Amino acid sequence: MSILVDRSTRVIVQGITGKEGSYHATACREYGTRVLGGVTPGKGGTVHEGFPVWDSVRDAVDAVHPDVSLIFVPPAFAADAILEAADAGIELIVCITEGIPVQDMMRVRRILDIRNEEGETVRLIGPNCPGIITPDGAKIGIMPGYIHKRGKVGVVSRSGTLTYEAVWQLTQLGLGESTCVGIGGDPVRGLNFLDVLALFEKDPETEAIVMIGEIGGDDEERAAAFARAHMTKPVIGFIAGLTAPPGRRMGHAGAIVSGGKGSARDKMKALESYGIIVVDNPSVIGKTVAETLSKGDYRRVPSCH
Amino acid sequence: MNIHEYQAKELFRSYGVAVPSGVVVDSPEEARRLISEKSGIFSGNSSVYAVKAQIHAGGRGKAGGVKIAKNVSDIPGFVESLLGKTLVTHQTGPEGRLVRKVWIEEGAQIAREYYLSLVLDRSSRRISILASTEGGMEIEEVSAAHPEKILTLAVDPEMGCKSFVGRRVASFLGLPVTLFGQFSTLLANLYRFFVETDCMMVEINPLIQTGDGRLLALDGKVSFDDNALYRQEKVLALRDLFEENELEIEASKHRLNYVKLDGSIACMVNGAGLAMATMDVIALAGGTPANFLDVGGGASKETVEQAFRILLGDPEVKGIFVNIFGGIVRCERIAGGIIAAAKDVKLHVPLVVRLQGTNAKEGREMLRESGLDLQVAEELFEGAQKIVQAVKGAK
Repeated sequence: MSILVDRSTRVIVQGITGKEGSYHATACREYGTRVLGGVTPGKGGTVHEGFPVWDSVRDAVDAVHPDVSLIFVPPAFAADAILEAADAGIELIVCITEGIPVQDMMRVRRILDIRNEEGETVRLIGPNCPGIITPDGAKIGIMPGYIHKRGKVGVVSRSGTLTYEAVWQLTQLGLGESTCVGIGGDPVRGLNFLDVLALFEKDPETEAIVMIGEIGGDDEERAAAFARAHMTKPVIGFIAGLTAPPGRRMGHAGAIVSGGKGSARDKMKALESYGIIVVDNPSVIGKTVAETLSKGDYRRVPSCH
Repeated sequence: MNIHEYQAKELFRSYGVAVPSGVVVDSPEEARRLISEKSGIFSGNSSVYAVKAQIHAGGRGKAGGVKIAKNVSDIPGFVESLLGKTLVTHQTGPEGRLVRKVWIEEGAQIAREYYLSLVLDRSSRRISILASTEGGMEIEEVSAAHPEKILTLAVDPEMGCKSFVGRRVASFLGLPVTLFGQFSTLLANLYRFFVETDCMMVEINPLIQTGDGRLLALDGKVSFDDNALYRQEKVLALRDLFEENELEIEASKHRLNYVKLDGSIACMVNGAGLAMATMDVIALAGGTPANFLDVGGGASKETVEQAFRILLGDPEVKGIFVNIFGGIVRCERIAGGIIAAAKDVKLHVPLVVRLQGTNAKEGREMLRESGLDLQVAEELFEGAQKIVQAVKGAK
């Protein structure tokens, strides 16, 4: 088991004839992902790097019934691409694109929420994220596949290379990962820490979860409160940005301490108060997971307080 | 991206949000000339003027950046005292900001003061309205002492800022019913401005009610979404490079994401999250980070070389820590880039390189055999400890 994606997942790529889309569609296929083709408006009917190309997501859905669309469309057109995928009935959309205007994402997210409330299922991962991978199953994103190893730790993160750092440690220690989800560094996004924690809690293969957060917002705190109330599996947390000064944006559009809220220190304290095992040195994330699991019958007691 | 008060007020006016009339000057001579010509705001019989220093930071009043001229003849003197002055406020940092422009506006007769702002609220994922009767005070202070005096209202993007929203806010603020219509229009215009120009935050503090029943924005603070500037040409034209750090401007030209901090150990990292974590680990090892620098995924020779030049452009830097997690890009290519760049820029401070990920062993081997004066590390914390030690040893 794993969450969201596995060996059987059928994938198309929006923006497949672009430089990034083309490179990563090929890399995902090499990893073993079932990449069935892609979409570039105006290039329908052609074949690119061995992939069939369609003019629209609707055409791709009619032809190959994909489960997932992986998006590499430039920021100015990415919101439209996400909505196109949602409108064509794609249930999981993974948007890698960095630099989408936040008000575009605000409107996209509102529409996705309405569709979910009306009974459809449409999940978005990202934007501005590395994607999702179930080791030895499906790599749907830009992460280096080989650093992963199938195993028992779920990983959810707002960051890219920092996630690879944690994954590498888990792999080196032989623990491996069940699924790794990069939820992205933007202030408005699709799946959040909380949603992914809930999925990992239900996944029998996942025994522990690594949650990698950063400064800005309060999503990590909300997720921790959820974990306290509903989860039995241990969650190991790290928050980047202890040394980031307030008011300065640290690369990610979402990584900013504003109005005295969202500092790393406050987040760490809040996480600890909800029973998350917080590490302050990212070099020991893997080691801490190993120690936690070796304690044997570790079981959190969910509490509603 | 932020703009000055006078620019915000010009934008407000063009969106139908009333502001006091005023003029921006960059010399006392210009102020004298406008006054003697009785041009614009100096043509009428206004007797009171506000003379306000223009910098991208709040807290100007307390720092002496705002003067009230009770006589038009006082204005040039005030302009002269403000121009060229370095204002230090709670938002500028200890180095302060140099005043290059001064905004002069007609004084207004204030009956009541309010606080009004719109902000892109990530928790509700909507544009939120914040309103308070405590105009003129810092909203953080009001929030701490009297949270009940702040109304927060998230606007459904599918619906927009309709009249009933305006009436609800007006009612909370205790505005006279005769001003409800005027307020709702102002709020709807401000919302339209927020959406059409891709704002992240708009703050009017204070919004005033004049003796004769007009609502005026007496101050204006606006920040825009950097990701949307590609479609906001008019906004981009308002960018003031003097308000930004020179090294940061240089970095952005090379698509490097750089933020200068005040420590002594520079770092160069691929990825924003890992860059923040690297800064944190430098602090854990007993050092102080000099910057945030994300070189992105590529880390080619050219990128690394530009990054080295920017890091060395900061005179406070006493050592450099390069931390690269090779994923798609293999470590031996990154090592090659570092070696070539380090030779070209002639480093004069200690350098520690930590490579991990794809072909890291080969990359580290190349660095060790390069003949360059550098140390190699395998683990993140080990690398941070090495650079902190090297900087201490070099002193």
